[in-house]
Amino acid sequence: MTLTSEGTRTLEQIARQVRREVLKAVAKAKAGHIGGPLSAADILTALYFSVLNVRPEEPTWPERDRFVLSKGHSSIALYAVLALRGYFPVAELSTFDEIGSRLQGHPDMKALPGLDMSSGALGLGFSAAIGIALGAKLAHDRFRTFVMLGDGECNEGIVWEGAHVAQRYGLDNLVAIVDKNQLQQFNWRGDGPYGRRAPYTDAELRQRWAAFGWSVSEVDGHDVEAVVAALRSAREGVGQPAVIIAHTVKGKGVSFMENNFRWHSKVPTEEELAAALAELAEPVTEGAGA
Amino acid sequence: MARPPGKALRQVFGEVLSELAGRDARLLVLDGDVASSTGAELFEAQHPERFLQMGIAEQNMLGVAAGLATVGFVPVISAFACFAVGRAFDSIRVLVAQPALNVKIAGGYVGLLTASTGKTHQMFNDVAIMRSLANVTVLAPADEAEARQAIEAMVSTDGPFYLQVAREPSPQLFGPDYRFQLGRAVRLRDGADVTLVSTGVETTRVVEAAEMLATRGVQATVLHLPTIKPIDADALVDAAIATGFVVVVEEQNVVGGLGGAVAEVLSDRHPVTVKRLGIADTYGESGSNEALLDKYRLSASRVAEDVESLVARGSSHAADEVRATKLGRVP
Repeated sequence: MTLTSEGTRTLEQIARQVRREVLKAVAKAKAGHIGGPLSAADILTALYFSVLNVRPEEPTWPERDRFVLSKGHSSIALYAVLALRGYFPVAELSTFDEIGSRLQGHPDMKALPGLDMSSGALGLGFSAAIGIALGAKLAHDRFRTFVMLGDGECNEGIVWEGAHVAQRYGLDNLVAIVDKNQLQQFNWRGDGPYGRRAPYTDAELRQRWAAFGWSVSEVDGHDVEAVVAALRSAREGVGQPAVIIAHTVKGKGVSFMENNFRWHSKVPTEEELAAALAELAEPVTEGAGA
Repeated sequence: MARPPGKALRQVFGEVLSELAGRDARLLVLDGDVASSTGAELFEAQHPERFLQMGIAEQNMLGVAAGLATVGFVPVISAFACFAVGRAFDSIRVLVAQPALNVKIAGGYVGLLTASTGKTHQMFNDVAIMRSLANVTVLAPADEAEARQAIEAMVSTDGPFYLQVAREPSPQLFGPDYRFQLGRAVRLRDGADVTLVSTGVETTRVVEAAEMLATRGVQATVLHLPTIKPIDADALVDAAIATGFVVVVEEQNVVGGLGGAVAEVLSDRHPVTVKRLGIADTYGESGSNEALLDKYRLSASRVAEDVESLVARGSSHAADEVRATKLGRVP
């Protein structure tokens, strides 16, 4: 089933709101990450609003699909999506990073219902997702497990330990999404002053996953319609785990943040926030209005 | 007094898990490719479909275990202590200990006696590391009877556990009537001169040392701590009050292990002199079991020698302190 154009527009609208909430929350907290949450926003929106079989009002529903944000430093994007999906009040996003808040800097499953795993030490969430998917196989449960990693995160050795095990156990109920935004925190040196190069070229990343026995597909991670289609078709793999390499832009949606590694975890000033929110404002559509 | 020979705890580990799996459908064993060394091969033979080979990749194994725990399984880790704790520490800290997930980590090849593998495989820090993690229960049984019950308690009690599983056959220390209680120390002997505190398979050597000491006029209380965390503070305080002098003996580095735990409790609640016998802030080496226990002074006779001299010096220190106090000097 493909999305209707109205469905696509709705997802795009939600993703824009996610981006606005991310920026407001980080600006208020004066801490947190920006670049990664913005690159992941469309994929997270597609997952929670169009792919995952979940019940926000019953977050521990045993048959729910599972999602693990292995790139846990993008937590604020996940929180924004969960709030908009109805897991908790949107107003609570303003408590992000505060002491005592359920919205910890990195996802804490003990603090916030709806999180299927704690994560944040890179690579670990991926292993846990493999365990969840393996458990589903052993118990003959039909739910699916989705896990999102960063391309920088794929530097971690544990990712490849896990990729091997997932292939060995034929975990076709597991879908990994690599948010390939091309930038890490400080990055690999490229040409020129502060020149930077991506952790992996497209071919390198594709070949690594394929070599580990995964079914590999690629998608424009900001085309929500394509992302939904990729997530849905990846679920249909048989006998091997699937990875979707999502080509994304770090800082996506705000012109002066895009492709700039300095926005990995920089806090916007009031002026920068206003400019960013203006760029992310809802476009005025014909016939709209009170 | 020689004790009857007993099974190696790794064999007990494999046998008991196999039995428990028959009654508990949640039980799984995850192996880091050492099942033929940890005793887990006995489990594989009985329950092949519940034995999950995770390869030589401990970080991921602990993460997979955490994921399995979230969907209702009770994963038991079969690995060497050095790799389970050393290699996979971050997975344990973040995915097992912090969310308090129901993962049972069995560290095989604990302590000094690791089949001549030498310092890479001799892990003297697992107690210090695992007891420093909030939410984790740490167990170190001494013999077959105790290991059997400790494993049953571990599997039936929710939450993360770390279990030391020694490699070599352990003499039978406890009789068939023994009842293991989680979190409780076991007083094996009473004596007024000194309290010897130990854990794991070292306790049997310490009891033998106490028997040797008795023939030399030193009467020792022996306190065995099969649960290192949560520690039985009351039992330690009672023993410290009764004898006024405590010596901890363990197959761990003297920094941070059981000795550290005992010192923490007693400095808070009943400060007495606590001496620590163990691996003296160094690393091990290959060698026969007898040669290692002798060189690192953890055999019964070496422990007896060292305790005897500590008791002699301890009482002279105490006398010095009394004199210093009478003279108005700070000792």
